[in-house]
Amino acid sequence: MDGLLLDIGLRHFLFVSLAVFVLGLYCVLTRKNAIGILLGVELILNSANINYIAFSHFSSGNYDGQVFAIFVIMLAAAEAVIGLAIVLGIYQNFSSIDIEAVDSLQG
Amino acid sequence: MPLEALVFYLLAALTIGSALIVAGSHNLVYSAFALLGTFMGVAGLYALLAADFVAVIQVMLYIGGILVLILFAVMLTHRIADVEVSNRTVGRIPAALILGVVGTVMGVCIEAAEWVQHAEPVVEPTTLGIGEAFLGPYILPFELASVVLLVALIGAVVVSRKELRGPMVDG
Repeated sequence: MDGLLLDIGLRHFLFVSLAVFVLGLYCVLTRKNAIGILLGVELILNSANINYIAFSHFSSGNYDGQVFAIFVIMLAAAEAVIGLAIVLGIYQNFSSIDIEAVDSLQG
Repeated sequence: MPLEALVFYLLAALTIGSALIVAGSHNLVYSAFALLGTFMGVAGLYALLAADFVAVIQVMLYIGGILVLILFAVMLTHRIADVEVSNRTVGRIPAALILGVVGTVMGVCIEAAEWVQHAEPVVEPTTLGIGEAFLGPYILPFELASVVLLVALIGAVVVSRKELRGPMVDG
């Protein structure tokens, strides 16, 4: 048991990634604040990246996983820019970023 | 305790602890600042996995870019006066139940699966290999990424600027 806990392998990183993913999903599901939801999305993207890098290190031995992680980081930057611009636009129109206040399209 | 295990558990504790604050705090500002700990912890995990370039990119882009952007958005949108209830949550218990099931299933899968592993993980500087991958097999997505970033830049300006209606005001 000691060897299992102290010998850091692929599974350890996968479990860290799993914890971050579950917390991010919890954040997305329960927040009423649009920025809070974006924070949850960032957590989920980070957990996916941990998996990419861990598999790149332990399993494949080449750089494909790291290249994908860089693409994910780039797309996360684009997503954050657009998402926060939309949030600011909503705030200008509704004076609130509570997602339950934004129901103009609800018939 | 070997040094690698010690560093791993410290980084994992930093990452998961900060993620707990992000997911659980009642104050949006605390959540946003706790994200700093998560990003730093994840960058440390990348370094531990011998991904030096990605770790630096994580610090530069996530902490230097995205986190500052999020903090700006927090400061711009939410009234500092009612800071106590800035980050309300709904449906905590159903969400926790569902995620408990999801997390347990995934954890069992991680434990049970027979992952393919190299006998000897590679530890070497990665910048050269990543650069060759970007300009070799990944040249098309690499170029598309620049277009995506340009579109995001213009889109953000268009979405967030103030709409001017009615007759144009001179001057």
